[in-house]
Amino acid sequence: MSASATGLRSWLTTTDHKRIGLLYFWTAFVFFLVGGLEALVIRAQLAGPNGTLVSAEAFNQLFTMHATTMVFLALMPLTAAFFNYIVPLQIGARDVAFPRLNAFSYWVFLLGGLFMNASFLFGAAPDGGWFGYANLTSKQYSPGLNIDFWLLGLQILGIASLAAGFNFIVTILNLRAPGLKMMRLPVFTWMVLVTQFLIITAFPVITVALVLLMFDRFFGTSFYLPAGGGNPVLWQHLFWIFGHPEVYILILPAMGIVSEVLPTFSRKPLFGYTVVVYSGVLIGFMGWGVWSHHMFSVGLGPIADSFFAATTLLIAIPTGVKIFNWIATLWGGQIRFAAAMKFALGFIAMFIIGGLSGVSHAAPPADLQQTDTYYVVAHIHYVLFGGTVFGLFAGMYYWWPKMTGRLLDERLGNWHFWLTFIGMNLAFFPMHFIGLLGMPRRIYTYGPELGVSTMNLVSTIGAFLIGIAALIFVYNMWRTRRHGAVAGDDPWGGATLEWSISSPPPPHNFDVIPTVASRLPRWSATQLKAIPEGAETAAPVHVPAGSWWPLIAASSLPIMATGAIGRMLPVVLAGVAILIVGIYRWAYEPFEA
Amino acid sequence: MTHATSLGLDSRKLAFWTFIGSECLLFGSLISTYLIYKGKSLVGPYPPEILDIPFTSFSTFDLLMSSLWMVLALAAVQRGDMKWAKVWLFGTALGGLIFLGGQVYEFSSFVHEGLTLQRNIFGATFFVLTGCHGAHVTVGVIWLLTLWVRALQGKLGPEHAMTVEITGLYWHFVDVVWIVIFTLVYLIQ
Ligand SMILES: [Cu+2]
Repeated sequence: MSASATGLRSWLTTTDHKRIGLLYFWTAFVFFLVGGLEALVIRAQLAGPNGTLVSAEAFNQLFTMHATTMVFLALMPLTAAFFNYIVPLQIGARDVAFPRLNAFSYWVFLLGGLFMNASFLFGAAPDGGWFGYANLTSKQYSPGLNIDFWLLGLQILGIASLAAGFNFIVTILNLRAPGLKMMRLPVFTWMVLVTQFLIITAFPVITVALVLLMFDRFFGTSFYLPAGGGNPVLWQHLFWIFGHPEVYILILPAMGIVSEVLPTFSRKPLFGYTVVVYSGVLIGFMGWGVWSHHMFSVGLGPIADSFFAATTLLIAIPTGVKIFNWIATLWGGQIRFAAAMKFALGFIAMFIIGGLSGVSHAAPPADLQQTDTYYVVAHIHYVLFGGTVFGLFAGMYYWWPKMTGRLLDERLGNWHFWLTFIGMNLAFFPMHFIGLLGMPRRIYTYGPELGVSTMNLVSTIGAFLIGIAALIFVYNMWRTRRHGAVAGDDPWGGATLEWSISSPPPPHNFDVIPTVASRLPRWSATQLKAIPEGAETAAPVHVPAGSWWPLIAASSLPIMATGAIGRMLPVVLAGVAILIVGIYRWAYEPFEA
Repeated sequence: MTHATSLGLDSRKLAFWTFIGSECLLFGSLISTYLIYKGKSLVGPYPPEILDIPFTSFSTFDLLMSSLWMVLALAAVQRGDMKWAKVWLFGTALGGLIFLGGQVYEFSSFVHEGLTLQRNIFGATFFVLTGCHGAHVTVGVIWLLTLWVRALQGKLGPEHAMTVEITGLYWHFVDVVWIVIFTLVYLIQ
């Protein structure tokens, strides 16, 4: 069976990074719509004072699942879709370093996402907030299955991210085309590399936090329970040691995408490539030293507060440096306002607002006024929607033709952009004021006397505008299947290697692995040692056959988790057995990568 | 399966190093949790009453020696001496098994003396930390026995030296983690 085969079987067993990228994309996009739907119900409930659309319990589940879904099931996997599809093409490789491990990551992600959402069927969706603070998550205060689904689901998803992290680090470091030195890597690939390092260092910490919570809930320990000698603040430390790097895990790939789109549509190389790369690396390092800015209200004392305030202010510097580099890239360029470019420019504008509100709660006294209010909700949405989602949309318009062979419609793209842009500012800008006026986050309703009713209505209208824009985008993708303009190899005049091959690329990507002599190989065509037409017949490229074992091994994890949810030890053991068999068969099946 | 790689380093080995880096954070978090909760138990048994340093020193010595057997196993595989490779692979696995046996004995005697997961925060942190390490040793033993069986079947030769080398990396890492745990939990009370 070759990788160009069709049919369900070929998808279930695929190890082709492009197919896995598409699987990631569609799965994550569906979760993105689900998370968006949850947000719309939340906004409908809050459209006016004393809303009665949903109960308080349902509201708790909605905001918890909205955030959990968006962070772990939509945004991270959407970035992973581009890691998968684009990175091997940008570095001139035929696949990732470990194709079967890559398939395993995808299946674990899919099954973990389904497991997490299966909680809705039991009326027990997670309801402790996406950062699940102890001791709200203890057996005493959350006796239901809700938190169990959450902590088991997140552990499964962590495994998917970790496996992908090892894979992509090795891929980027080790599978580069000849001549493609580290400082010639496209910025997107660079940012992916930094992101993967953050993933493999941050996820073990959340795993430990979740394991300790699991012991508290399943085996009666007291890691987070003061009555037994534990301390709920430990959860906050472990969670945010993971949580702050996680923010960069979400934003750095978007920064990478924007750093590809801006030069292409300005017809200018990225201004200060080296500085952009090093500031990305610096952000990755500094991201480890700021976590307690989420904990100023705990009362850690003046020394800890000052330290984390200072590091948080400092980390704004490399971020600001990048923004100036992007603006300088535009300066004097021949700017073409394609939809991808609009989203990239929207990213810069929205991310500046999100960054500024972020700096405003770097100061502990200000933070004490803002924490747990809608001000923080405004901030995170400017960063993760105005930042990450805009960056992802830019990437979708930019790479869609490479991934499908057809261009998304620009006129619809224009509507999509402007409705999203206006919608997001209507939805999230008023939240700054709503928060400063004292409306706490995560409360299912509010009274008219708070004086935030009109602004909440505006915010809800904005949210529904975003929803309409998303529908336009869905229609655009649907329409493009048949009616989209044929893209050709290189519709934008891009500088990097992915544009040198057909759209979509053949299963083996490159007939002949290119030799790279510059940072922008296609903008200095003489330096790209292209093989003259017909001068050399490439040796037949071996394309690995698929494998069932990644899917089978991945399936063991939700089985174990289901056994744990149902307190059924034999089911857990069956999961372990499947995992062991899966690993052995995987290790010893004949498979040429 | 040898491809030219950009760094000139085997991809599986590189992946394994990144995995070890990740594992450092895992054990780092668990060890930090142990240290943060040191002396915070509300009821006994407390560590000095229960930790048996001479016994655990023997376990530690056994695990250290197994690391040495691992080095000898790799050297034997690399020079194609499969007879000694089998001996040392089995010896390494046996060292791991003895360590695990010691841990089982230690855990059950602690439970006998009243220290359980639920009893106090020392019990919780101790069992989760050392249990996690024990699980790693178990994986290592299964891995080593797998290689040993394949060597017995004649399916392991010098061409698999990289596999054995990576197994060794794992084994040494687990050993080093134990030295840290032994020092912080047992020796410095
Ligand atoms: Cu933060």
